[in-house]
Amino acid sequence: MTSTIDRTGSGDSTPAGAAAATDNGPAKPKSGGFTAAASNYLEDRTSISGVVKEFGRKIFPDHWSFMLGEVALYSFVVIILSGTFLTFFFQASMVETHYDGAFVPMKGVEMSAAMESALHISFDVRGGLLVRQIHHWAALLFIAAIGLHMLRVFFTGAFRKPRELNWVIGFLLFVLAMAEGFTGYSLPDDLLSGNGLRIIDGLIKGIPVIGTWTSFLLFGGEFPGTAIVGRLYTLHILLLPAILVAFLALHLVFVIVHKHTQYAGAGRTNNNVVGYPILPVYAAKAGGFFFLVFGVIALMASFFTINPIWNYGPYDPSPVSAGTQPDWYIGFADGALRLIPPGWEFVWLDHTWSINIIVPVIALVGLLAAVAAYPFIEGWVTGDKREHHILDRPRNAPTRTAIGAAGVTFYAGLWAAASSDLMATHFQLSIEGVIHTIQAWVVLGPFLAFFVTKRVCIALMKKDREIVLHGFESGRIVRLPGGEYIEVHEQVDDYERWRLVDYEVYEPIMLRPNAKGQITPGMRFRSRVSRWFFEDRIAPAQQQELESGHGHHGTHGDGTDHSLEEGPGLTKP
Amino acid sequence: MARRSRKASRRHPLATVVLIAIGLVVTGGGYAAFSSTTTATADTEITSQAVIDEGEKLFAANCATCHGMSLEGTDDGPALIGVGAASVNFQVGTGRMPMAMQGPQAMQKPTQFTDEQTLALAAYVASISPGPAIPDESLLQADGDAANGGELFRINCAMCHNVAGAGGALTEGKYAPELTGVLATHIYEAMLTGPQNMPVFNDDNLTPEDKRDIITYLKYIENNPSPGGYELGALGPVAEGLFAWIFGLGAIIGLMVWLTAKSN
Repeated sequence: MTSTIDRTGSGDSTPAGAAAATDNGPAKPKSGGFTAAASNYLEDRTSISGVVKEFGRKIFPDHWSFMLGEVALYSFVVIILSGTFLTFFFQASMVETHYDGAFVPMKGVEMSAAMESALHISFDVRGGLLVRQIHHWAALLFIAAIGLHMLRVFFTGAFRKPRELNWVIGFLLFVLAMAEGFTGYSLPDDLLSGNGLRIIDGLIKGIPVIGTWTSFLLFGGEFPGTAIVGRLYTLHILLLPAILVAFLALHLVFVIVHKHTQYAGAGRTNNNVVGYPILPVYAAKAGGFFFLVFGVIALMASFFTINPIWNYGPYDPSPVSAGTQPDWYIGFADGALRLIPPGWEFVWLDHTWSINIIVPVIALVGLLAAVAAYPFIEGWVTGDKREHHILDRPRNAPTRTAIGAAGVTFYAGLWAAASSDLMATHFQLSIEGVIHTIQAWVVLGPFLAFFVTKRVCIALMKKDREIVLHGFESGRIVRLPGGEYIEVHEQVDDYERWRLVDYEVYEPIMLRPNAKGQITPGMRFRSRVSRWFFEDRIAPAQQQELESGHGHHGTHGDGTDHSLEEGPGLTKP
Repeated sequence: MARRSRKASRRHPLATVVLIAIGLVVTGGGYAAFSSTTTATADTEITSQAVIDEGEKLFAANCATCHGMSLEGTDDGPALIGVGAASVNFQVGTGRMPMAMQGPQAMQKPTQFTDEQTLALAAYVASISPGPAIPDESLLQADGDAANGGELFRINCAMCHNVAGAGGALTEGKYAPELTGVLATHIYEAMLTGPQNMPVFNDDNLTPEDKRDIITYLKYIENNPSPGGYELGALGPVAEGLFAWIFGLGAIIGLMVWLTAKSN
């Protein structure tokens, strides 16, 4: 592949011998021009052609949703570039100083060196404000893209074997990205970030027994102290990025090793990948896409203010501004705290126990743990040990999709609660009303979402099955010679049909005694979970149904086609 | 009452002429007032008996239902004895009074009275018993120390009004309003009299110079657009997150769909 490019590239300059140039020609660079000569020079010394050949021929399937991970990757590159620039000017120090820069309403105000240098970057360093805003917008996009990417992977079942570990790595990247975001948010030492740190301090102090000691350890004494910005800076620019880059590399290596997943379609199986090779198509597309992402971020940074620290002013533990929120990705944690009803503290053994803080923390950790563990849970339920490279359409895995919808609903409730005050002012509601509504939403919403989503998925599967068997309504009404009117149904084409029938249906596990002839409680539990997962299901239309089903309405062998039922009757003829 | 007579006069044959004349006088007068910053409030010092009488009539017709004929208050409204001219000028001058209906908080709305009528009302209320006066024009020029004002604002005001004066929520449907577009007089009077749920910042708490500095700061951030570009309402990370998700990621997803679209 690569050599083809070299050949045509040099062909322009030397039309005569170009077509005869040899692949990876060892000793004699003929009239190949500079490109060929350079390639040969490199090849003779590194034998790189094997690698280029291997990578250049990697195939990637084409679908827009497969590029979400790329968006995260590119935003991360933008973050590293802009962040490096910022480190040239930022002072991670909490030494007291007085501002003497260009921004009038801060003149002479006492602040830390960190805040002073952040203002210096914003107003006195050429291009500093633009880069600061690029860095911050890119960070918001980075985590948003990771989130969407995870949702795509979840709802299409791309986390199944062999990709469970890569899911966990991706999850760790998500957590690391949030940690990176939060440490960065705290660095300027402005009022907003100080308030955010105070909440974190409160979360830590709310941990029974060890909370206060942990907080003192982190802050080097009583909050806020004079150490925290320097410590967060080390985390933000050294430790966390190093771990993040390592996991990111591992994540990408796994993508190469596993090869990319693809949606079902004609000619696509679990054993192949249909798409374009990296060279030349994908390299060009992905390379161009990097600049598009960078361009969008640069436009946002040019025209829209983000984190106006000059409004917030230096941190001082006494003022707390209205509308103090974390960046969006920590919003769910802030919201969880806001949703806890009052009066959950109690005094026991002469100590105050802040259940109102430890409960939301446990809920959040539980939510994240469930996300990380989901592939293993589903694998245990299905007992499926095969590799899966064909993605599910979300509707074809109704229970998983419904669980995902419930999780999204729960998260959305917590997230929305972080902006309860803004919803109250902007929609002229009372803040108590907003909080109570979201409390109910967080508790009841997931169940509602689960039920509705599952029913919608099953209905869509039924519709798909009907379309495959009977075709779709063409809208053409024909009058028969006898006077009868019928609507002509048209059959879907073969490509579409493939998409509609190429999926698998799991059945609940049969509870059978193990080798020792026992049925353990664990097996019983697993069987019950399996039934809950798979008792409602619609099997894809089978070949013989297709053959017998064309054009006939309502007369199917056992009459069960459109009904939903338990048992194997529907699933595997 | 006032409304009915206004309706009738609208049908008068000379109404158009009068309307045009009023329009010209108001715009011309307003322009003159704003451009030359001649102190119109100087007149308020001279509260003639005629003005007080005018105020008393307006009060009886528009305010007494809730506040009582002699400012003693009723079940529907508080007593106004001792609230002073500053309070009346703020409440009536921002349209909060007369209230359209009882609610968690009086809403800002288009004013119902002209400036002269408002000042007459203020003069009447101040004539019954003394209270905080309408502030002196010299404190309202926004020419103080913006840095000191910013610091005082963050310490005293930002917890309800937000650091950029974008407003914020209080309990039970009450709220701290946005501060952009509020006249310097009204900001000063609000600090002085503590309308609605706002605490009073008397002159021992925030000196008149401090109040002037706060006004200076608010006018500075109002008149100087954000150096970083459009502010998204100055609402902080919620607005930023919403923007990043909907417009940032939205635009990128649009580009993704375009990149992977099959050419026909």
